[in-house]
Amino acid sequence: MSPPAGWPGPLRAVSPPAVRLASAGAVSPPPVPPNSLRALGSGRLPRALHPVAWWLWAIALATAASRTSNPLLLLMIFAVLGFVVTMRRTEAPWARGYRFYLLMALTVIVIRVAFRVVFETGVNPGDHVLFALPRLPTPGWYSGVQIGGRVSLEAVLSAVLDGARLACLLCCIGAANTLANPKRALRVLPGALYELGTAVTVALSVAPQLVESVQRVRRARRLRGGGGRGPRALRAIAVPVLHDALERSLRLAAAMDARGYGRTGPATRASRRLTALLMLGGLAGLCLGAYGLLGAGAPAGVGLGGFAAGAALCLGALVLGGRRVSRSRYRPDPWRWPEWAVVGSGAVSAIVLSLGAGYDPAALNPSLYPLSWPALPVLPALAILVAALAAVAAPPPPAGPGRPGPEEAPVPAPQPAVAALPGATR
Amino acid sequence: MIRFDRVSVTYDGAASPVLRDVNLDIDEGELCLVIGHTGSGKSTLLGAVNGLVPHFTGGTLAGRVTVGGRDTARFRPRELADVAGGVGQDPQAGFVTDTVEEELAYTMEQLAVDPAAMRTRLEETLDLFGLAGLRQRALSALSGGQQQRVAIGAALTAHPRVLVLDEPTSALDPASAEDVLAAITRLVHDLGVTVMLAEHRLERVLPYADRAVYLPGDGTVTAGDPATVLARAQPGPPVAELGRLAGWEPLPLSVRDARRRAPALRARLPDPPPVVHHVSRNRPGASPAVDARGIVVRYGSLVAVRGASLALYPGEVTALMGRNGSGKSSLLWAIQGTGQRAAGTVQAGGTQAGGARPEGAQPEGAQPGGPATGGARADPAALAPAAARRLVGLVPQTPADLLYLDTVDAELSQADKDGRPGAGAGGAAGGAADGTPGDAAGARADGAPGGSRPSREILDEIAPGIRPDAHPRDLSAGQQLALVLAIQLTAAPAAILLDEPTRGLDYQAKAGLTAALDRLAGRGHAIAVATHDVEFAARSCDRVVVMAEGEIITDGPAAAVLTASPTFAPQVAKILAPLPYLTVPQIAAALGPVAAR
Repeated sequence: MSPPAGWPGPLRAVSPPAVRLASAGAVSPPPVPPNSLRALGSGRLPRALHPVAWWLWAIALATAASRTSNPLLLLMIFAVLGFVVTMRRTEAPWARGYRFYLLMALTVIVIRVAFRVVFETGVNPGDHVLFALPRLPTPGWYSGVQIGGRVSLEAVLSAVLDGARLACLLCCIGAANTLANPKRALRVLPGALYELGTAVTVALSVAPQLVESVQRVRRARRLRGGGGRGPRALRAIAVPVLHDALERSLRLAAAMDARGYGRTGPATRASRRLTALLMLGGLAGLCLGAYGLLGAGAPAGVGLGGFAAGAALCLGALVLGGRRVSRSRYRPDPWRWPEWAVVGSGAVSAIVLSLGAGYDPAALNPSLYPLSWPALPVLPALAILVAALAAVAAPPPPAGPGRPGPEEAPVPAPQPAVAALPGATR
Repeated sequence: MIRFDRVSVTYDGAASPVLRDVNLDIDEGELCLVIGHTGSGKSTLLGAVNGLVPHFTGGTLAGRVTVGGRDTARFRPRELADVAGGVGQDPQAGFVTDTVEEELAYTMEQLAVDPAAMRTRLEETLDLFGLAGLRQRALSALSGGQQQRVAIGAALTAHPRVLVLDEPTSALDPASAEDVLAAITRLVHDLGVTVMLAEHRLERVLPYADRAVYLPGDGTVTAGDPATVLARAQPGPPVAELGRLAGWEPLPLSVRDARRRAPALRARLPDPPPVVHHVSRNRPGASPAVDARGIVVRYGSLVAVRGASLALYPGEVTALMGRNGSGKSSLLWAIQGTGQRAAGTVQAGGTQAGGARPEGAQPEGAQPGGPATGGARADPAALAPAAARRLVGLVPQTPADLLYLDTVDAELSQADKDGRPGAGAGGAAGGAADGTPGDAAGARADGAPGGSRPSREILDEIAPGIRPDAHPRDLSAGQQLALVLAIQLTAAPAAILLDEPTRGLDYQAKAGLTAALDRLAGRGHAIAVATHDVEFAARSCDRVVVMAEGEIITDGPAAAVLTASPTFAPQVAKILAPLPYLTVPQIAAALGPVAAR
């Protein structure tokens, strides 16, 4: 097809003035040649950051969080997560879920504390006892667990800290889910696993259709005078819904077939067999490796070796399998310096908190005995603050899809020219 | 471009082939219209072009189909994707991704189009179909017309040389259908794509067609110039029927053609028309069978119906028109009582005119199977479903939702069981069940249970010849509609509401529906039909109610409303304006026996 007149041509990234770099704050070497300066600028135009970058960043923060039970550091991680999410989330449906992750985190803490209060874990001599619950008598064979009893401040605090760490991990995952489009994340799967991504997408769209179908049929059933319960109603609802779903999936399959889904590339039978063989071998290797690493009896070499060999075989299978898939990708997410910056900022905090060098490692997990205000280790605190730079390094998200464009101006409706006809209405 | 060489298609287990010895040659850049009744093999013919027949559907294909030089017997549909694209009736069923942009890119991704080329093509397609403002929208949030344009665009991004469209506009309202057709004609004119298009509502597409292929239903195929082919296809769109009646050669295909030849005909026609477009069965003085006032329906913040008042009278057929989303369905469902209703009152039931006309005195009123008369009036929403359907019956947009048994016979006997008063799960539970028309009808002298005839009898009257052992899902759209209508009529409701019954019906099925509604009106049922089909409204309805944004904006006799605005004018009215004729039979009657051919 020939481009229609007035077609402006492919969108070109326009470089913003170099001043914006100053606000980026991440990298600012003054003698940058104009070309790379432009590249730096265009990397920060509003767009969605590569989903993998967000996931790596979140995993790094989660690693950092798992290393510490210092409430100040945990609070800082929470703050960083909240800041970045507020700065860089989009208007999309999946991006509205962070609230629920926070709620879930709070629930985790509450449950943790409640359990610690209800099931007594023993009180040390120097503990500050807050209150005592009436103790429930338990049968002798059940003596391992005691219900009720004295509750100390130390026990509650340690429960809070434990819960907070778990909650922090949860929020990291939540932040990744909020910041990165889950479906775009699936798109980065290697070519051989493309089908998996398609299956997930189709399943995601089928679920609401099924719900809609059930509602429609239930409503229609009332038209025949039937109720919504009982075995007869079940059949009257299930049969049309299943028919509907089956017909729809057949039509979808036909449409996908007609649109070229599953076109095989130049794959020979031998290469297909080799792929399967590699994959099976790789999976066996991974199993062996996992057993070796986790099982106490096996030597460490078996675990590591098996793991490495399995991973290599799987990778080979994926590469080989991906080669016979001839498919291209529409607008793949680019990986530019903001992605590196985001991943790097997360990695800094993970590395600093994992190494434990340059500060007192004990400060990461302050003791509750004696009870005291925890100290804030300077280096880890700074490292966590570095992770917050992701909010600035990442380009702002694109405008939401819900924004009406010029094309959607209300179309002048075909209004019938008839005014209420005199005498026409009764 | 497309060549059928002695092609026969036989489905597994079928006694006779769907297509028999078809020879067909379609040139590049043609818009080819496929005409035929439901079940005549249109979809098979189209499916054979992009390889879905027989690779996907099964069956045996004899002969040879070549598309762009490729033999569909050797290439599977996915390997034909770059020469032949296809779009079905329900675009949503074919969507693989969930945003406009990704959907448009999907086919290209499968074909491994270079990313840079992909981007350019996609932008071009967005412009071609006017979708640029919707590019990041979720597909489920689009209107039907927009979805159909996305589906066609998605097939087109692969740059196929042939596009196969199976009833692309049958589920759309007139305005959306125009958009889609405009997009299709642009493809043919600007890009030279060969388009094969099946469509029931020929009046919309005919003016654009270069060639027509007619399937009479016996497996044969006639192809040729649209005017010549149409002369053999019966029944056709009103413009062709009028041309046939007036003896115009060749047959006019568009209103514009016909109008240029109309002056002579206009001169011969009396004004006003000697017969009305539709014989009203309305009984003057009868109180309404349904009296709905100030109906409000809202879904969250969306107000679907804003204080609409509608009275339906016994014997009257009312068309409810308006674009998609104007609140037609919501109003019908609210009146029936099953749909939600935020405000307003509905009184439905036995016509109170009973005192003025004793049973049997009316020529048709006393026929068994008519609505129960003389019962107390009630609000159907306040009754149990089984009692509500004796007051107001509704045939939903997808009639098959009501069918769940294995044979037509089983459905019918179930309907007879449910139709009896007091039957059904909720019948006894109906708090206001005493004094409902069902009980009143049970006491009537005709002795039939519940005043209702056996459903088989009703079905044979509406659509004769449906096999009792057929599976309801195997019936055509028209037959399913008839079956569900018969099921609903066993309850002998005072009013029958039909939600978009003309969707996907061919001319024959529509004529059958018109006749059935006419007979029901004669029996004293009040009837309301939500429809987009102007021609159907002109043939079947006495009164037209137009809705927009949840309000009733026009309510008047069909003849007045349908001739007053170009949007709602049937073809005959457009051709003969200013004469107020609406249908071809009306003209035939006016011309008298002499002039008819």
